[in-house]
Amino acid sequence: MKKILALAMALSVVLSLTACGGGEEQRVVNVCSWGEYIDEDLIYQFEDETGIKVNYQVAESNEVLYSQLKTGGADYDVIVPSDYMIARLISEGMLAELDYANIPNYDLIDDQYKHLSFDPDNKYTVPYTFGTLGIIYNTTMVDGPITSWDAMFDEKYAGNVLMIRNSRDALAAALLDLGYDINTTDKAEIQAAYQLLSDAKDKGVYQAFVMDEVFNKMEGGNAAIAMYYAGDYLTMLENNPDLAFVVPKEGSNWFVDAMCVLKDAQHQEEAEEWINFIASTSSSLANMDYIWYASPNKEALEEYPAYYQETYSEDLDMGLYEIMAAPKDVLDRCTLYENLPSDTLTLYNDLWTELGI
Amino acid sequence: MKHKLSRFAIPYVIWMALFVVIPIILVVVYAFSSASGGFTLENFSRLGTYTVVFTRSFRLALIATLICLLIGYPVSYMMSKEGPRFQRIAMVLIMLPMWMNFLLRTYSWMSILENNGLLNQLFQKIGLIALYNQVFGTDLTFFRMLNTQGAVVLGMVYNYLPFMILPIYSVIVKLDSSLIEAARDLGANTFHVFRRVILPLSLPGVLSGITMVFVPSVSTFAISKMLGGGTEMMLGDLIEQQFLGGAYNPQLGAAISLVMMLIVVACMVVMNRFGEGEEQAVML
Repeated sequence: MKKILALAMALSVVLSLTACGGGEEQRVVNVCSWGEYIDEDLIYQFEDETGIKVNYQVAESNEVLYSQLKTGGADYDVIVPSDYMIARLISEGMLAELDYANIPNYDLIDDQYKHLSFDPDNKYTVPYTFGTLGIIYNTTMVDGPITSWDAMFDEKYAGNVLMIRNSRDALAAALLDLGYDINTTDKAEIQAAYQLLSDAKDKGVYQAFVMDEVFNKMEGGNAAIAMYYAGDYLTMLENNPDLAFVVPKEGSNWFVDAMCVLKDAQHQEEAEEWINFIASTSSSLANMDYIWYASPNKEALEEYPAYYQETYSEDLDMGLYEIMAAPKDVLDRCTLYENLPSDTLTLYNDLWTELGI
Repeated sequence: MKHKLSRFAIPYVIWMALFVVIPIILVVVYAFSSASGGFTLENFSRLGTYTVVFTRSFRLALIATLICLLIGYPVSYMMSKEGPRFQRIAMVLIMLPMWMNFLLRTYSWMSILENNGLLNQLFQKIGLIALYNQVFGTDLTFFRMLNTQGAVVLGMVYNYLPFMILPIYSVIVKLDSSLIEAARDLGANTFHVFRRVILPLSLPGVLSGITMVFVPSVSTFAISKMLGGGTEMMLGDLIEQQFLGGAYNPQLGAAISLVMMLIVVACMVVMNRFGEGEEQAVML
């Protein structure tokens, strides 16, 4: 008798679970992005407008996302990886081609953010944000304005420099300082960059290797120099007005994070609806205002200063706006990351481990 | 009766199989396979380069465990000698930090130990840094505390100390007081009672305390990353990097994990042997 009862209970549980999926079909879309990377009101707005439920999740980094996708532990529809990771996902056949007829707002994206190296035919992506990597420094703790990557390796600032804890960015800084291309696959060049980094580390230049810990450290005046992303600099600036940001004269990396749909996505149609909604001018403006990363939406880029004026009743500091949305002459000095061949990636990983030993 | 008990154990057995046994099997499989899937020993041949990381991790974990023991044992001992009211309050105080998330607690240590952090500001205010500069003729504006191995050990001790205190305390508090009275009747002084009766009988608690502190310490990556500044990798960091770093090499990560697990198990076996021997020797 008890067994029958248990069976009945189990059955009812199963039935009630499936009931959610059946009947009046609830449309859903599973989105995975980065932390603090969207104005969350947009999610509710989208749900209200379309009736599609958004499961919004965040991953810690491109690498974590990749590892999740590889191990099959995730069933995302839309992801927002960065350029080099997109190239890698495309080359491994993990992304679905988009039907741009369903994404009319794609046309609003400025042409200079289309057909980029990671997706030359622009079949898989709709750019979400772009930005630059640069040096953030505390003007009260350095001798003069910083203009060169040299500062990241300078003994003068020993114990006061925060190096980024990410092999690609850290080695890019060294490569740029040596005048090499950040996408080089030349072993000797990468080795030389590693040597620069490793010598600086041995001389005690680096106080620490950090990712998001950089916020607290720079805001609290605990370090003089760090390398990080422009959008995050603007967040730090709100808490410490002594901070300055520069895209060094040797050039830098600029990045694009773009929305893509995974190949085996269950909800491609909903995914495209979501992408279209996010790419719209009003969403782009809301996002820019919230996350301080520039949107590639042409109208939004033009309208943002007015939007800011209207929202806060004060004029937008155009100098800061140019840090957020780097103008063409800055972007021309910068290079996108490309996906590196696997033996170069392995070299990066080995060198990075060696640095940590 | 026995049959019934084993039926109650079924959920646990399933749990263990799903979340302990299968993952370990996966680790072993991964450790012996190449990226393309075939059998290989190459993952292990690379481990030699990481000897420094292994020794560093084990050294720091050992130091942390030792400090936990040196602090934890006296605390547990004192606690068990006090009245039940005191014991309850002390227990709550020891558990209290654990009600907060581990990462948050470690994060707050960062702002305490920073160059411009709370401690350095305090030292500045009370003139400790000026005094230090005068005595040693240095020119410091702060003491470097964060991003050192000392900070990592501090983080481990702070986070894992309760795991040392609780098992030792729960063993000592249950000690049969008649044994201690008997020892006293036989003429043992306080030191001898402790050395010959209490200490040996509390060894099981000490051993499980050591295990519960040492094992998480040796594999930690959050603490070393946040408090150690990430300049000197520990085993946890190294393993994490294989899975979540740029190169995505789960096979190597699994090999490192496997070797780490084996070393830890070996340590535990040796220690438990030693523990058993001690206990028996005392009984004889």
